[in-house]
Amino acid sequence: MARIAGIDLPKNKRGVIGLTYIYGIGLSSSKKILAKAGIDENVKVNDWNDDQLAAIRGIINEIKVEGALRSEVQLNIKRLMDIGCYRGVRHRLGLPLRGQQTQTNCRTRKGKRKTVANKKKATK
Amino acid sequence: MSRSLKKGPFIEFKLEKRVAEMNTANKRNVIKTWSRRSMISPEFVGHTIAVHNGNKFIPVYVTENMVGHKLGEFSPTRTFRGHSGNKKK
Repeated sequence: MARIAGIDLPKNKRGVIGLTYIYGIGLSSSKKILAKAGIDENVKVNDWNDDQLAAIRGIINEIKVEGALRSEVQLNIKRLMDIGCYRGVRHRLGLPLRGQQTQTNCRTRKGKRKTVANKKKATK
Repeated sequence: MSRSLKKGPFIEFKLEKRVAEMNTANKRNVIKTWSRRSMISPEFVGHTIAVHNGNKFIPVYVTENMVGHKLGEFSPTRTFRGHSGNKKK
């Protein structure tokens, strides 16, 4: 079992895909890491030997992943909220920041629909 | 798309001049401005700038964290008073 940056990687996946289970590593950085370590992308996570694992760990140590990255993102958001700029206000309200419409959609930011009870029907 | 680095940040020339004058005179007066599009440069820190929001001037006290943002970001143009019946909170 490969354990990198405090995350158990899935055993039966290809190396490139397996690395993306770490927060902060997507497909492109995963490819770069494997290329730098000199490992074929198609090798399953299970089939990495200890040297390869150590090489990958070494490379990942240099970049910001998981907890450190999460806290950085949170800090950036907190900064926006503290200075009271428009983006910070939108963060506080839980609404989209980049000028998207909010009359409909934007459910990712607003969360589950909150139905307003007893909405009056138009009288005939 | 972001602005070309070659041009440098955009700051309304008049506003920049006013701030520079105040810095040399060591004064801290409120500056009224309509220029919401101006970037906040490090020279602005510590000044209070009244930024127009289309209706009135909103005083913005510039802190170090705000450098690099635009003045308009701190002067909201819309007021949302909540939906009807949403009395809670």
